[in-house]
Amino acid sequence: MAERTRQETRRQTAARRKTPARRDRADGRKAATATDDVQGIGHGHRGKVMVTGAAGALAQHVIAELIEHDYDVVGVEFRGVQHEYPDTVDYVVDFNQRPFEDVFREHDFVGVVHLGRIRFTQSTRGRRYSANVVGTSRLLGLAKKYGVTKVLALSTYHVYGADARNPSLIDEEHPMRAANLMPEIVDAVELENLFNIHLYKDPELNIVILRPCNIAGPGINNEISRMLGQSVAPCLVGFSPLMQFIHVADMSRAVLMAFEQNHPGVYNVAPNDYVTYQDALQMAGCRRLFLPSVPPRLARRAVRALGRLAPPAYLIDFFKYSVIIDGSLFARTFDFAPEHSLSELFAHYRAKK
Amino acid sequence: MRTRQFLKPRLVPRDVEAIVDNLPMGNIGSAGYDPWGLNPDTAKITFTLVRWLYDHYFRVVANGLENVAPEGRLLLVGNHGGQLPVDGVLVSYAVASRNDGARLPRSMIERWFPSVPFLGNWMNSVGGVIGDPKNCAKMLERDEAIVVFPEGIRGSGKPYHLRYQLQRFGHGFMHLAMEHDAPIVPVGVVGCEETMPSLANIKPVARMLGMPYFPLSPLVPLPARVVLNFGKPMHFANDVRGEADVARRVEQVKDAIRDLIDAGVAQRQHLF
Repeated sequence: MAERTRQETRRQTAARRKTPARRDRADGRKAATATDDVQGIGHGHRGKVMVTGAAGALAQHVIAELIEHDYDVVGVEFRGVQHEYPDTVDYVVDFNQRPFEDVFREHDFVGVVHLGRIRFTQSTRGRRYSANVVGTSRLLGLAKKYGVTKVLALSTYHVYGADARNPSLIDEEHPMRAANLMPEIVDAVELENLFNIHLYKDPELNIVILRPCNIAGPGINNEISRMLGQSVAPCLVGFSPLMQFIHVADMSRAVLMAFEQNHPGVYNVAPNDYVTYQDALQMAGCRRLFLPSVPPRLARRAVRALGRLAPPAYLIDFFKYSVIIDGSLFARTFDFAPEHSLSELFAHYRAKK
Repeated sequence: MRTRQFLKPRLVPRDVEAIVDNLPMGNIGSAGYDPWGLNPDTAKITFTLVRWLYDHYFRVVANGLENVAPEGRLLLVGNHGGQLPVDGVLVSYAVASRNDGARLPRSMIERWFPSVPFLGNWMNSVGGVIGDPKNCAKMLERDEAIVVFPEGIRGSGKPYHLRYQLQRFGHGFMHLAMEHDAPIVPVGVVGCEETMPSLANIKPVARMLGMPYFPLSPLVPLPARVVLNFGKPMHFANDVRGEADVARRVEQVKDAIRDLIDAGVAQRQHLF
């Protein structure tokens, strides 16, 4: 009985170290086992790229783009909460654990695309900090040690914080006020600070940091996508902030362009198109559930009462005040223009209802 | 969105629709908003009411509108008064509704407005923008016209006994004008002080409500006659050696506004 339990544990551990889904490849090649060398996805001749957060919807798009552009991709996931991972995940490993270095030892990476970040709703503040900030610090240390020459990191526009006094078209030099306004999301700001330090300290890493607006579209499961996907979505009486949305396919193209062209720096990524939250809900076919907005304490209580049907209470100001970012620097530098319109994006959510 | 779709065909007359349709709005996106929240449909509904206020309630007389260029960046700098931003609305409507070279100047609004339910969104959707230097800079880069009241709440919240006495002007507008090579058109607003005369500022109530001031005044604006005088554009090169130079230039603008106010007071035959 005890032996069977040990075997079961070993099997589960192996499954988490190496995704079973990768063991049977579509092209019929003999799949790797947990102890075999992982070759990565694709047969690219432009070098191997590590993509973190490989189980995510955006990462899957990015990996497909990288393979199409002749890169060999190794997908790494550190959110060890699932038992089944998509085909894009090669390793499930904690960035703070020693085996993570083995991934760098086994592969000669030319670049790292760091998309893996535990989102605000996915864990506790302490664990988020440990995984997102401490883990990323280790990732950067290893990238330097093993001679990686391109690092792209995905941040978020949330770092600017939501406040009634925010100007519109916030550019990259604007202070990251989320640390002061919303202590719950301080890990996102710390993560950026970490990359900024390495941007100047280790120029050989050629770090590009992207701060996208709301990413939405097929497969995306962030807070705003959840709201758009619901048949009834909450909104605050008297508040309908202006928002920006980028389609997941456009965002993955932006990631690829930034990775390939590699002009180190920090860039907002957002289309030059805007819609209010309540208009977005209506375009996505949602019915609006109005919650009290004043006093703020009552609004937070109402949001908490709705649980998963509403965004977390500490993000409530993003559903109250506009945070419009200026994506023109990215568009100019990388010659980027989104291909998917807002109406196409919302049609996706409308069709699901 | 649905409220707009319901109200617009029922409320907006064709000529008001034509006024808004003729305005250059190059920054509007596919969903009908620009980066600062301006929405033409909401503007049409609001302009229907504003036109009545402008023509019949405040009986506005606007002089010197030809001094406002039909295109290109510029700052309309005026005196502020009357507790509510009625002066900004009337100045914007005066320029937006003229026959030739109409454009929609964007009014800078107090920073606390967006925290007020409905009001913040509505002001943004009709062209109001938070009075932040970065907002101004971005708008000037996009060749917008901006209405600025450099007195801020010092001007709008002042009691009636200080009417038409210019309060301290911030220097931000002058720096913006110089850095972005934008001409300043001085505007003398006469009449708004009488729309909502305030006897005192009830500070404890203002603190409790999180407002910059709480006037002891009529609950609705009174139908005072309003005169708007637009002055000649003033150009300032970006060649100052220090803040003292900027202060001197700000005083030049204040002097121009004082002259326009005096002219407006002289033109006005009746308060109401």
